[in-house]
Amino acid sequence: MLNYLQHLGASGLSFFQRLGRAHILFAHILGGIPSMLPRLSLVVHQIYSVGVLSLLIILVSGLFVGMVLGLQGYNILVDFGSEETLGVMVSLSLVRELGPVVAALLFAGRAGSALTAEIGLMKSTEQLSAMEMMAIDPIRRVLTPRFLAGFISMPLLAAIFSAVGVIGGQLVGVGLLGVDDGAYWSQMQDSVDLYDDIYNGVIKSIVFGVVVTWIAVFEGYDAIPTSEGVSRATTRTVVHSSLVVLGLDFILTAIMF
Amino acid sequence: MNTRKTEILVGLFIAAGLAALFMLAMKVSNLNIYNNEAGYEITANFENVSGLKVKSAVTMAGVRIGRVSDISFDAERFEAIVKIKIESQYNTLPKDTSASIYTAGLLGEKYIGLEAGGDEENLKDKDKLKLTQSSLVLEKLISRFVDSFIDKDKSDK
Amino acid sequence: MTDTSTTSSTSSPLVEIRNLSFARGNRMIFDGIDMDIPRGKITAIMGPSGTGKTTLLRLIGGQIKPLTGTIKVDGIEVTELSRSALFQLRKRMGMLFQNGALLTDMNVYDNIAFPIREHTRLSEKMIRTLVTMKLQVVGLRGARDLMPSELSGGMARRVAMARAIALDPMMMMYDEPFTGQDPISMGVLVRLIRELNDALGLSSIVVSHDIEEASSIADNIYLLSGGKVVAHGSSEALHNSGSEWAQQFLKGLPDGPVPFHYPANDYAEDLLSTGNSK
Repeated sequence: MLNYLQHLGASGLSFFQRLGRAHILFAHILGGIPSMLPRLSLVVHQIYSVGVLSLLIILVSGLFVGMVLGLQGYNILVDFGSEETLGVMVSLSLVRELGPVVAALLFAGRAGSALTAEIGLMKSTEQLSAMEMMAIDPIRRVLTPRFLAGFISMPLLAAIFSAVGVIGGQLVGVGLLGVDDGAYWSQMQDSVDLYDDIYNGVIKSIVFGVVVTWIAVFEGYDAIPTSEGVSRATTRTVVHSSLVVLGLDFILTAIMF
Repeated sequence: MNTRKTEILVGLFIAAGLAALFMLAMKVSNLNIYNNEAGYEITANFENVSGLKVKSAVTMAGVRIGRVSDISFDAERFEAIVKIKIESQYNTLPKDTSASIYTAGLLGEKYIGLEAGGDEENLKDKDKLKLTQSSLVLEKLISRFVDSFIDKDKSDK
Repeated sequence: MTDTSTTSSTSSPLVEIRNLSFARGNRMIFDGIDMDIPRGKITAIMGPSGTGKTTLLRLIGGQIKPLTGTIKVDGIEVTELSRSALFQLRKRMGMLFQNGALLTDMNVYDNIAFPIREHTRLSEKMIRTLVTMKLQVVGLRGARDLMPSELSGGMARRVAMARAIALDPMMMMYDEPFTGQDPISMGVLVRLIRELNDALGLSSIVVSHDIEEASSIADNIYLLSGGKVVAHGSSEALHNSGSEWAQQFLKGLPDGPVPFHYPANDYAEDLLSTGNSK
């Protein structure tokens, strides 16, 4: 019993220690942003590996999610004789929820894990130590540009996901199931609000971008510098950021809509 | 990695992302409707506007020509005041145009349908519609229906 | 740069360690050691694995803080420096990590140019000249465009050396430079360490357990064991010293002051016990 309590206490303490370290690191990363401004090429290179390389999976998943929504939505709506509102259903589910959330989950799996693995590997091969010994702050030189790249890429990826999804829904709904093309778009435009829906969706994806990249970067930087430690950290990045994205999504939805 | 190639791809990526945002704003949402808000505003009093919302469609002959821009309550006459924004190109509506609240489909959205009268003068900004017909409330309709049956029963006896 | 940077008199030691203690968890790594690293010479720090030789380099570089004691590098107390002052000092230190620690996403040229680009605003033309000179010193001018993954271990270390001297430091620290090298590249590294030290007027610290190589280039040797300095002096003096420990280490005897057996309970008792590990 006492052992169990001790174990509980120890894991609680280590949890709060990690949380504290994560916040200190976050402050440090943000502190490095001003020094990044004259060196945007560093950020551009990270946007390539974080954003451009995630593009394919985002495009494909967005298209298929949109197509599935079109198919499922049609089957439900046709029972009520209101298949004209298919566009509304597809676009609202994408813009409000699926776009930001699924894109963030995919982003965590594709870019987040890669970030953790890369930084963890740099740590285990002493590259970060070497930078420190060269009087270069590895947090500013390595972590800040990656963080900024995630912060910039995530909303763009989510927007691409939603846009492609709306087109996918149109392909299925209009092309395959015979919903009127004009009704698909005009009903959508009537019901989707720029501020309530799209703007809030973008805010969601920005929050997710910050959180996922933060977790990924922290896990990499905090990883035990062995191959086992790095692989564990990579797993943790995907699991933790997925959970946090889903939890935050609930909170944000409750606040916004 | 070739720097130039990377930068071009990143440029394309950012452009694609912005294009997607732009498409969401222009084609998916109602931004283009906001932008066309150059128009004139008329008001109409209704006894009952239940189900009508701000931004509900305003149509004439089934074509959307404007939107509901505001709904408020007149505390003196116990009526609803509805402000309607009509797009500026439709500036030849006669002054005695009437407004009714309709439902799209059985359970669909409420919208305002306008019907032209025969007046020579045209509606201008801040004008008020005189002839209005209120929203159909399903419960009232049903009770009237049931009442008429009861009345019929009584007269039969 | 090496001339202007030395502020105190040339006779005083470059690195002065006094009463240094450091613990990791409950294990004492260093227990009150004193050390002097003289200027312009190569000092080897030797000892069995796990005696914290690498930790010592990190302490000198200010990457970790000691429990007690003082570390003075060129007259500056490392343990009390602010972060920015520490970074200023580190620009004058070069360090070679065990496996080179080259940045894997850049080629050889960019790796060597990296510290120059980060710390100076030299034109690309100047940087090219500097990098080419450094590469020529380590004999890898032809490998300029290779990626770190395409280099052999010895080549990676030579590139890392070129990178470490890119900013013309006053001292070099080598962490196990000879581990896992074939005899040829070992010879190359030995020669390079010596030549760099003499040609650039550096002071070098070599951490190693390769006795032959280390003692062949070192002017001074410190032997560490159990968190203490067990012997120090010139290589010859140590070979002739009466210290039992130095004899065991330098001759590679399996048993001696460093026992062959990890501390355990009595052997016979262990065999006769019923197998319950209590």
